[in-house]
Parts: sequence; structure tokens; C-alpha cells
Amino acid sequence: MTDLTRLTAAETAAAIATGEASAVDVAQAHLDRIGAVDEKVHAFLHVDTEGALDAARAVDERRAKGEKLGPLAGVPLALKDIFTTKGIPTTVGSKILEGWIPPYDATVTKRLKDAGIVILGKTNMDEFAMGSSTENSAYGPTGNPWDLTRIPGGSGGGSSAALASYQAPLAIGTDTGGSIRQPAAVTGTVGVKPTYGGVSRYGMVAFSSSLDQGGPCARTVLDAALLHEAIAGYDPLDSTSIDAPVPSVVEAARNGNVQGMRIGVVKEFGGEGYQAGVMQRFNESVELLRELGAEIVEISCPSFKLALPAYYLIAPSEASSNLARFDAMRYGLRVGDDGTKSAEEVTALTREAGFGDEVKRRIILGTYALSSGYYDAYYGSAQKVRTLISRDFEAAFGTVDVLVSPTTPTTAFPIGERADDPMAMYLADLCTIPSNLAGNAAMSIPCGLAPEDGLPVGLQIIAPAMADDRLYRVGAAVEAALTGRWGHPLLEEAPAL
Amino acid sequence: MTVTDLESYEDALSVYDPVMGLEVHVELGTKTKMFCGCSTTLGAEPNSQTCPTCLGLPGSLPVVNAIGIESAIKIGLALNCEIATWCRFARKNYFYPDMPKNFQTSQYDEPIAFNGYLDVALEDGETFRVEIERAHMEEDTGKSLHVGGATGRIHGASHSLLDYNRAGIPLIEIVTKPIEGAGSRAPEVAKAYVAELRELIKALDVSEARMEQGQMRCDVNLSLRPHGREAFGTRSETKNVNSLRSVERAARYEIMRHAAVLNSGGTIVQETRHFHEEDGSTTAGRIKDNAEDYRYFPEPDLVPIAPAREWVEELRAGLPELPRVRRDRLKTEWGISDHEMQSVLNAGAIDLITATIDEGAPADQARKWWMGELARASNETGKELADLGVSPAQVARVTALVAEGSLNDKLARQVLEGVLAGEGGPDEVVEKRGLKVVSDEGALGAAVDEAIAANAAVADKIRGGNLAAAGALIGAVMKLTRGQADAKRVRELVLEKLGVQG
Amino acid sequence: MPGITREEVAHLGRLSRLELKDEELDHFAEQLDVIIGAVARVSEVAGEDVPPTSHALPLTNVMRPDEVRPSLTAAEALSGAPAQEQQRFKVPQILGED
Ligand SMILES: [Mg+2]
Ligand SMILES: [Zn+2]
Repeated sequence: MTDLTRLTAAETAAAIATGEASAVDVAQAHLDRIGAVDEKVHAFLHVDTEGALDAARAVDERRAKGEKLGPLAGVPLALKDIFTTKGIPTTVGSKILEGWIPPYDATVTKRLKDAGIVILGKTNMDEFAMGSSTENSAYGPTGNPWDLTRIPGGSGGGSSAALASYQAPLAIGTDTGGSIRQPAAVTGTVGVKPTYGGVSRYGMVAFSSSLDQGGPCARTVLDAALLHEAIAGYDPLDSTSIDAPVPSVVEAARNGNVQGMRIGVVKEFGGEGYQAGVMQRFNESVELLRELGAEIVEISCPSFKLALPAYYLIAPSEASSNLARFDAMRYGLRVGDDGTKSAEEVTALTREAGFGDEVKRRIILGTYALSSGYYDAYYGSAQKVRTLISRDFEAAFGTVDVLVSPTTPTTAFPIGERADDPMAMYLADLCTIPSNLAGNAAMSIPCGLAPEDGLPVGLQIIAPAMADDRLYRVGAAVEAALTGRWGHPLLEEAPAL
Repeated sequence: MTVTDLESYEDALSVYDPVMGLEVHVELGTKTKMFCGCSTTLGAEPNSQTCPTCLGLPGSLPVVNAIGIESAIKIGLALNCEIATWCRFARKNYFYPDMPKNFQTSQYDEPIAFNGYLDVALEDGETFRVEIERAHMEEDTGKSLHVGGATGRIHGASHSLLDYNRAGIPLIEIVTKPIEGAGSRAPEVAKAYVAELRELIKALDVSEARMEQGQMRCDVNLSLRPHGREAFGTRSETKNVNSLRSVERAARYEIMRHAAVLNSGGTIVQETRHFHEEDGSTTAGRIKDNAEDYRYFPEPDLVPIAPAREWVEELRAGLPELPRVRRDRLKTEWGISDHEMQSVLNAGAIDLITATIDEGAPADQARKWWMGELARASNETGKELADLGVSPAQVARVTALVAEGSLNDKLARQVLEGVLAGEGGPDEVVEKRGLKVVSDEGALGAAVDEAIAANAAVADKIRGGNLAAAGALIGAVMKLTRGQADAKRVRELVLEKLGVQG
Repeated sequence: MPGITREEVAHLGRLSRLELKDEELDHFAEQLDVIIGAVARVSEVAGEDVPPTSHALPLTNVMRPDEVRPSLTAAEALSGAPAQEQQRFKVPQILGED
């Protein structure tokens, strides 16, 4: 009997559709896997055993009745704990929401359920998605399945680690500055940040509203595309949702091909601070693209050097406002309400006790950047940088179809290494941030292991807004060529847990 | 309780020139809230009209109510404002438990409507132009119930209870430019402005604008400067003044208070003030120092609003006749003076008179009854004219009965009295009370004969040419017929029977 | 480079309702000084005639019809409340006004 946890999502769905495997068996196999390894990995904050088995049973019943099943019906999924789930705890990795059980489902949650996808549980994350290592979770760090002493990326480290340790074939992440792509890169998995507005943010707890975007995480490009189609599309509950057809990403993933494409290499991504092994694998990928028939063009995006500073003003500013609602009045933690203290004091004590260091740091930074007297210099200027970055992208996409870069400057670093150095931590998102500021689509796929440490390296592909399908076309072509070259998917080289 | 020194109003105005700013919040009458689909119906069970969005639950998002935008544009157009071609919502950040997100979704430097004016009519019919700075869209807060304190006030309460049914109801905030040059009429201007604004909002049908229900709330900002000086003085902000009369009183009180402070060499503190209905006074609230920092920034969860010019013109074309234009038209149609029109307006009688005319009454008759007999009844009972219990159709019927000679004015008054007393419609009252002009010539002639016989001396005087004496005989006839005779006809008969030319 | 002082951090803590501890004031002042020093570079473009971007995509006029949608029940609305009374959210005494 095949190990059901080793199948791709597409294979799993096919097995369920043909009756080769039952959805309940598939769910149980993954729940068993979670039981066996998650104590070490700590990918999940909450496992919904009953809910998962019920959902799987419902799929099996529908199949038995001869109903037509969706392309991912019965496939298990790990959901980042930033999406509300009616009746299931949602903590956003924070003490301030410990024990909160939302009375409503996020649009993404609803679409997953409607697609017959089996939600196994909620995954660990940096508190309020603020971080690049998952060390900022109030519930303890997650280990990288390639080396449990190293970070799995962040903020969606729980989702990427769940995939890389075969606890789930699919996962959902959110990407504000790279939180889908960077964890994918350092765990050897696939992660996609769709075009801003492509996936509804309704029910996705906000970090930075103008940058946040939910997206698919998987072990293969095709699986990511299937999940992308399941969750994307117009939502009248999200004013920033795009009211247009979803790009045909599944078709693109099935037809990977870069023949005749013009692909840009961004000059500014590289140089100091970039690990040699990362650059080596990246350069080999560029060479591969050329071999596969793409024309490689060097592109300069001079404003990208200001992307990181702009991001660290815009995201904390919006966060300082988004997180004001956690005030101990209507839901979540309440501290110090002894009958003598005022609402004001209780709010301040609760926020002090309920938020971690990084969250407080960003709230203060954001409050500062928005203050009268500083607004123009900080928030206002950051928004101008945003315009310049969009213009750089526009100019680039006037010449090339997609851009490529390393996803991250380095491979996974050891847990604790950058914990006390926020600026060093922020560098992990150097290459991913520009796409959040401009709102376009980007993907990370594995492109090999860095020779010096044997850890996964990610290749980032960036496409214009609404051209998400190009990511999948390029990603599938590279994936096919590389797995052909390696003789197996990269993840098979990961040590057994 | 400290006693507040007040300067006399006249003395205050002899030295200072008041400058006012009025901020009016109007709750729109939309079916749903500004950013979510929750109902806005009043009187629902606490927290039963809430959803993730208006409770500010994590993950929730706002979506703009189209009628909210449309109403804001209509108000802007009616206030002669320019309508923004592109504008955004902004977040106004501050913590308060009645505000679920701890920011208010509002508009900051890009209001949907700006730069307008509203002409208001003062008591004597004079027109005063109030310049409008802006009208912008925002959302209401929840309601708190303070428990454990002596009077349900916030001070001394042990805790508070929050109901978020009102949170998120659309508000339009209308802000005037500084109102200068009103002098001693400043309080009157303030009142007339709010009254005119209320009429306008009602005419646009965007809100019922009932001040007593908090659907329309006014903040009165006021400062004084010595005559001849251009720079404004420090202002006080009197919050939530919720009736027309209170707006006038609050402005008047603050003029007298500011003058007393300034005259004694003191300085005005920039602070919010609370208005007290009981005695028309204000007391100090929160000091507005510069520590307050709302950290406004464009609301990233809502996209910009860019009203198409065609839409704006369509809305402009669809505006109803505005109250002032209508009043001018009716004034001409009814042939009355500015002052008379103002009285009609003050009495809240325009719609009633118009409806009575629509029911067939002549304009002068309709106005006469509503502004006379019925206005008196309204004053006596303290009820609004509209709530007296007599309909325009009934008033029209009374005027018809007078016109056909079935009633004289005196009888008509008694009929209305009966209607007000709940005795039924005019015809019913006439029937029950037996109120009918004696039109039977024979009966009337007999009464005249009887009166002449009983007052022979008076009759002689009349025969002798003293026509003024006829009044006494007419009075006697009216008495005999218990008032149910047409006095004009009685006079004719008296003179005829005495052989005198009238 | 503009620096950030301990007092400023304390003020920002009050504005953002965080009851910061003494050691946090020191710690954050030090770190924020470094971060702000690094991000202040954005003001290099401050003088340039560049319009600011508040929204990633150029959408406008997204509105919904004024139609009632089902609300939560009061019980659902109150389900996460730390305390409740009379079907309302119970909160400690409120000091401020307005
Ligand atoms: Mg306001
Ligand atoms: Zn609502």
C-alpha cells in the first residue's frame, strides 16, 4: 500500500475520485503523520481531528452517491491560523487571541470547505504574521523539516513545515512581505503570492491591509495551481477584491514552457549579503531557463533599494491601526480587570501582556510614522517610494514577460540567530517585498540545495498583476526540468524525521 | 458646583464680535449601515444588528453602502458644494470602547463635498448666508450604558455596557466655515442654520433628521474677538446640542461666558463643553491640548470614490425643490410677506397649509385657520400642529362650509374645537352640536321682528339715521339665534324692516 | 538622522495603549533608533514630484447595494466577550469623555 501522505494533491484527488482511496483514509493517514512527527516540527497550533474526518466522510458520501467532486475534493490541507474558522480557535499566533473562537468563516475558509478540501487544522505563524522565522509565535517556534534546529521561514513557517514534513499536501499562507514565498524557499516547497486582490482578504486577520495577500502553498506547481483556483476570485465582501476572471493557472501549470519568453534578471537582487550557494543555484536556474528557450534580459530596478525601508514604514503604520481593535472589550484576552481599574488601564495592561516584542515594536514604529509632524517624512515618503517601485516594475514588464531572482538572500538560518537583531531579520524579505508594494504576482519554487549547507534554495518568479498564469507556466517548466535532472523531487532529499 | 460668571448679553456684544463654527452630524436613513449589511432599524434588541464588520472582529472588512454615497452627494449638491472627482476614506485613530475598531472610518483631507453655502432666513425675513466648508461621510459609534453611578452618567459608574447596534450607521458631518458678521444675531443665525439644514435634509429624503432621537446632532464652536480685530479668539466646542432652541441658547450662553472671562482678564481654554438642557448652561469637558493625534491615513480596506460627473449631474437634476425655493414660491402664490412666511415656517405649518390647499381650500383661508385657531390650540397644549389631531382635509372641509354659508367664523371655530376634542369630522360635529347658520329667512325675520319689538328705543334711533346703533339689534338677533345666524344677512334684514338705506 | 528617545517611546506607548515596562522603554528606544535610522532613507524621494500610492491596484467606486444581510445573533456577537450583562458587552468604567 502506498503511503498516502507522499502523494501530491493532484494524485490524492485522483485516487479519491476513482475510489482507489477513501477521503477518510487519506485524512486519517495525515492525522497519523501529524501525531507521529508534529511534536518535533510544531507546525500545527490546533488539529481538528473530528472536523477533518467529518469533512472527509462527507466527500466519501458524495462520491458514493455519484455526485461530481471538485478537483481537490477530499485532499487534506493545513490552514494558516490567520484565517477565521467558525467554531475552531483562531489565534494568529498571539496570546491576545488565545481561546478566541470566531463566529464566522473567512471567505478562503468557506471556499476550501465548498471545494471539499479537508482542513486538518491551523498552522503556526509569527504573531500577527510579523516575522520571517516563526520564532515570534506566542506558542513557540516551528522547526524546519530539513534541520529542526533551523527556522522554517516566516511568517507562514507552520504551513511550509507541514508540507515539507508530509503532514499535509496543501497549505494556505499569507504574504505581506514574503511570508508565503520565503518559507517556501527555505523548506524546498512551492508558494505563490497571487496578484493583490486575487484572493479575498475577508476573514484573514489583517496585518497590513494594502500588502496582505492570501495564497496557495504546495509541494508541486500543479498542486499550487489547483489550490489557487479553489480559493481565488471575486468576493463582494472585500472591496479590494478584483472583479475579473481568475487567470487560468491550472492550464498554465499543465503546460509549463518558457520557449520564446523574455525573462528579466533584476540586477539589484544580488551582491553583498547574498549567500554564495544561493547565488550559484540561482545563476544555474537562469542558465536553465536559457536552455529551455527563454531569452534572458538584465533589468535594472533602481528604486528597489528603497523597498525595504518603505515596507518597514507602511506595514507597521497599517498594523498599528489594524491591531488597535485588540482592546480587551469585545473578544480575546482581558488582563487586570479587578473592578478598580478603568477600561483604559485594562486595555493598556492587556495589550502589554498579550502582544509579543515584535508586535509591540511595529505598533510603536507605525504609530511614530503616522504621527503628525512625521507623517510626510515617513509614511508619505514611503508611499512615494511605492509609486517609484511600481514604475520600475511597469518599465520592466514593458520589456520582459516575467522577472526572476533568488527568493531569499540566504538559506534557513538557525533558530535564535537573528532573534535579537530586527534589522538582520528584516533582510530575509529583501527580494520578496517589492511585489507586495506593487501588488503584482510572485512565486517561489525550489531550485536546488546550497552546496555549503545542503539547504533548499528558492527561485522567485514575478509576473505583472493579473498575469498569475505566467508564474505557473515558468514554474512548471523549471520544476519539470529540475526534477528530471535530479531524478526525483527535491524534498526526497530531506532527512527522515 | 462652581458658579460661572456671565457678562450680560448686551454688554458682551458691545465689546466683542462672536465667531461661530457649526458641525452637524446627520444619521442617514439608509436601510443598512455604512460599511456592512446590518439593519439600521431603531429599537432592536441590544447587539442583534451586528456582524463581524461592525463589531470590528478580526479579519472583517468594510464595503461602502452605495446609498450612503448617493445621499452624501445629494446633501453636498443641495448645499451648493463642489463634489470631489476623487476622494478617499481615512482612518481616524483613537481608542474608545464604543468604537469597535478603535478607529473611525471617516474622511480627512478629501471630503466628498466642499465649498458650499446655505442661505438661511432669520425671524424678520432677512437672509444670512452661511458658508459650508465641507460635508464628509463617516460612521456612528455604539451606545454605552453607564451602570452603578448616581445618574447613569459616566462619572462614578462602576462599569459600562455596550450595544453596537448603532455602530456603523452612516453619518454625514457638515462643517461650516467660520460664521462672521452675525453680531448679536449669532445665536439666532445658529438656530436658523440648523433649522434650515434640517428642512433641507428632510426635503432630500435622506434622513428624518429627528433631533430628539439623535438623528441630527450639533456641535457649536464659538469664540469672541474684540470689535475691529481680525484674528479669532480661542474657541470652545459645545458638544451634542440636540434641539433648535438649545443651539440658540448654547451660543448665547457661551457669548456671555466668554465675555465674562475675557473682561476679567482671563483666557479662554480650548476645551469641549457640555450643554445642560435644564438651565441652558455649559460646563467644561475635555481639554483639547495638542497631545491628541488622530494619525489619519487613507483607509487601505476601501478603494477611492470617484463619482462620475454624469452621475453627479443626474443626481443634481433629480433634486427635489429645496425648502427655500419652495418657500419663496409659496410666498408669492399665497401673497404674503417675508415676515408672515417666517411665522408659518416657525409654526411648522408649511406642509399642513399646502396640503389643506391641495384639499381645495383657498390659500388665505387655509393659512388663517392653521395660523390662528389651530396655532393657538398648539400653543395651549404644547403639541406640534401636525400632532393636534386635525387633518388638512378636515380644515379644508371647514373652509368649504364657511364658503357655502353653512357656517360663519364663530361656528367654524366651534367645529374645529369639536374635531380637536375628538368628536369626529367637521360634518359630524356640525350634526352633533347642531351648529348651522340659520338660513331660514322666515325664522330669521321672526327673530328680527322680536328684537325690534323688544328694543323700540334703539329701533327709533336707527330710523332716525343712526346706523351705528344697528349693532345692538344685530347682537340681540344673534343672541336669539344662539349665534347661528349670518350677521351680514341680519343687518340687511334689520335695515330693510326699519326702512333705512344701508 | 533623527533619533528616538525613551520619552518619545513612552508617548507612543500611551498613544497606542501599551503599558510599557521600564526595561522595554530602554530596549525599544535603542532598537527603534536603529530601525528609524535605516528606514529614514525613504525621505530621499520626499521632494520629488511623485504621487503617493495608498492602494496597490487602481480600483475605484466599489460599492454594495443598500440591502439588509443577515446579522449575527446577539449570542454569536457576544460569544467572545470577556464579560457580558443584559445582552451587552460589559467593560470596566470608562474614564474619558466624548
Ligand atoms: Mg466627525
Ligand atoms: Zn454589521
